[in-house]
Amino acid sequence: MADLSVNICGIESPNPFWLASAPPTNTGDQIARAFEAGWGGAVWKTLGVAVENVYSRYSSVDINGQRMMGLNNIELITDRSLEDNLVEIQEVKKRYPDHVVVVSLMVDSNPDAWDVIIKQVEQAGADAIELNFGCPHGMSERGMGAAVGQVPEYTCDITGWAKASATVPVFVKLTPNITDITVAARAAKNGGADAVSLINTINSITGVDLDSFVPRPVVGDMSSHGGYCGPAVKPIALNMVAAIAADPFTEDLPISGIGGIGLWQDVAEYILLGSTTIQVATAVMHYGFRIVEDMHEGLSNYLDSKGMASVNELRGLSVNKVTDWQSLDINYIIKAEIDQDKCINCGLCYIACFDGAHQAISAERSADGKTKVAIIEDLCVGCNLCSLVCPVQGCIEMVERDHGQTHMTWNEYVSDDKPAELYPRPKHGITIGQA
Amino acid sequence: MNQMMTTTVVMGGLAPQPTMSHDEALVEAHRCLMCWDAPCTRACPTTIDVPGFIKRIANDDLLGSARTILESNILGASCARVCPTEVLCAGACVLNDLHERPIDIGRLQAYATDDVVFGDIELSVESVQSGASVGVVGAGPAGLSCGAELAKLGHAVVLYDARRQPGGLNTYGVANYKMDMATSLREVEFVQGLGVEIRTSTAVGTDVSVGQLSADHDALFLGVGLGSVPPLGLPGEDLGGVGDALDFIADVRAGKVDLVGERVAVIGGGNTAIDAVSQASRLGAERVYLVYRRDRDEMKAYPHDIERALSSGVEFIHWSAPIRIEGEGSVSALVCERTEYSSDGDLVSVPDSEYRIPVTMVLRATGQEKRVGFLDQFDGVETDHGGRVVVDDAFRTGNPGIWAGGDCVNGGKEVVNAVAHGKAAAMSIDAALRAAAGK
Repeated sequence: MADLSVNICGIESPNPFWLASAPPTNTGDQIARAFEAGWGGAVWKTLGVAVENVYSRYSSVDINGQRMMGLNNIELITDRSLEDNLVEIQEVKKRYPDHVVVVSLMVDSNPDAWDVIIKQVEQAGADAIELNFGCPHGMSERGMGAAVGQVPEYTCDITGWAKASATVPVFVKLTPNITDITVAARAAKNGGADAVSLINTINSITGVDLDSFVPRPVVGDMSSHGGYCGPAVKPIALNMVAAIAADPFTEDLPISGIGGIGLWQDVAEYILLGSTTIQVATAVMHYGFRIVEDMHEGLSNYLDSKGMASVNELRGLSVNKVTDWQSLDINYIIKAEIDQDKCINCGLCYIACFDGAHQAISAERSADGKTKVAIIEDLCVGCNLCSLVCPVQGCIEMVERDHGQTHMTWNEYVSDDKPAELYPRPKHGITIGQA
Repeated sequence: MNQMMTTTVVMGGLAPQPTMSHDEALVEAHRCLMCWDAPCTRACPTTIDVPGFIKRIANDDLLGSARTILESNILGASCARVCPTEVLCAGACVLNDLHERPIDIGRLQAYATDDVVFGDIELSVESVQSGASVGVVGAGPAGLSCGAELAKLGHAVVLYDARRQPGGLNTYGVANYKMDMATSLREVEFVQGLGVEIRTSTAVGTDVSVGQLSADHDALFLGVGLGSVPPLGLPGEDLGGVGDALDFIADVRAGKVDLVGERVAVIGGGNTAIDAVSQASRLGAERVYLVYRRDRDEMKAYPHDIERALSSGVEFIHWSAPIRIEGEGSVSALVCERTEYSSDGDLVSVPDSEYRIPVTMVLRATGQEKRVGFLDQFDGVETDHGGRVVVDDAFRTGNPGIWAGGDCVNGGKEVVNAVAHGKAAAMSIDAALRAAAGK
């Protein structure tokens, strides 16, 4: 069994699995049950200024019958009293001293307000605080949350105030509703942040009720944009995590990765791209705290299979495998190959390639009436699409072709002393109506 | 997981399969791969765009889904229930090759069509009246299909049927666990709603003459099906309790059959025999036998229906031929002898192999007779050596004003084949009528 314990900016966590600041961490009772289930840490649902929530709060995107591939919420920070929360934080830490309790905070943008609340939660026993600079709805209209996270100067300044008050590590939670996440991460670091958490939710409207014309979630006869999360946002979050991990200025800034995590594979991907811990909300809102059992076992088995004694060995291994497009090898040639023994003759690769890509698959009815597909090697650009649409595992493989071509990037290709010839490309689109 | 949700257990003798719930249909629809050049569509005699209608279910466009089905097959609601999908669309589903359960196309089709065919949703059909009139003999699937397509094309259509109720075998001859009589009759009402007039209890040749039909209509379509199952010529065949399996099924559908305590033998190995034994077993008969001259793999019944009969407790007696029926007033035993193949491949009886099966009912399911005599009324309509009406590719008979389709042409196949014939004939009739009118 590999060791799953991690250390993030001095805080020991029994495992990298944390709950994100969200409805699952609204009460001490929930967090206690989560720790019993196996979660290593939790970020307490944001404490701060007084709010009241609307009733109708969540809406979701279902894809092909699968529920909640994306979740949208317009719930604000905690609407429970600060006093109750502080009592519960103290009680949870007393019962679970080895588990990590990070408390998310959001108050008005003045140093005194931050100082007061930071002292209160530290006294209650918080292991760290997380500055909520990401909440995209409601709070941002009051000059907090994403309104701070979207302005690097504010991020830097307020992080500085928090650092001046705090004795525990300060995490800054970043909003994805900006153009370049590395700017926000740099601002947090400049303000003294000990770590960053990302991503917060993405501005979203999940859909419209086609009878009432009111977008979801319907609040009376109106709606409001919310924050999008769940499996649908993972690719966006992974890209942002990777960008911060690869940025020389922030490469040593610990990351707590967030966005669409529900499986051990998701956890492994976040860690490979530089995260130390990960945070989960939507998957728990869907299936409950028990999902951590599978994540625990799956990640452990995976590390064992890789011969890794600790999860720390995995961290960041994929960071330097993300590069600029112009540094890719344009002489790397792959072609699709179809295993006819596995093919079930659904024709999906044919129509996807013919209408949607590069017309490199032929289809014809064989004597037994089945649709026989075949790769037209000369036209195949190795785009992968057929292998993506194929419903049969291992039926279409992308296979490298070694024609003796030499590795060459675009940068090299357009330089004065290009190292090789460009391997010839298929010709498409010569005529209309004769494909 | 999906398997648990959609496996259908047919309980009792009278309950057709339950219709799908919305969620069940969505889950099933989303399993469809949406094949290109889909084999399910190619396997359908009416070439329903199966991935197209399933995609519309997945997209919550039920009206569009129903329209997709009904454009190809106006009797899509009954075909959804009575089609042997296991050997047609679902049998061709590529998921079979993935070693997965194929898409439950039949039940999805019922889900898609029910609200239009049986419910309040209107299927708007726009047509310009042609002024021409077509007479259709037989209000079974072939006639209903032909009539509906012609009505949609703007022709006046009258269907004539000798029986008291329209619908043909859909009404009288389908096993109840596939589709009940009321469902068939409601579908007929849907066809009538398209502008088709139906005159029941109107036998051509007695209640209305062929000459009258020819005078009243610009073209005729014969969808007259097949006749009854003729006697086998066995001693004792006139005893009480001996009958035609199709009459038995019709009686079951009319609720006139009580089989408690009965011991039933059905003679034959085709689909009617299987329907009769399955139905009898489900209705509580004490013992049910299927008596067939050859081995199981030579039966014409579909394997899935044979499995259903076996699981219903039917006892199959192979290599046996009936030689007489015994009883006083009514049946007490079916006497059979063993059969085998001779060295030159002929089916012969085994000497001294006679034995008795104690039964109280004997049903013939040995093939319906062709209606050659009836067809003789129509000048120029010819039959082949097997008694089937001879038609060209467009289902036109030797008489240029008469078309034919369904069981009377193919000798007895599925409802969906009859629908396909009726539709193809309608297209040909429409073209001929328009040509004659100079349009």
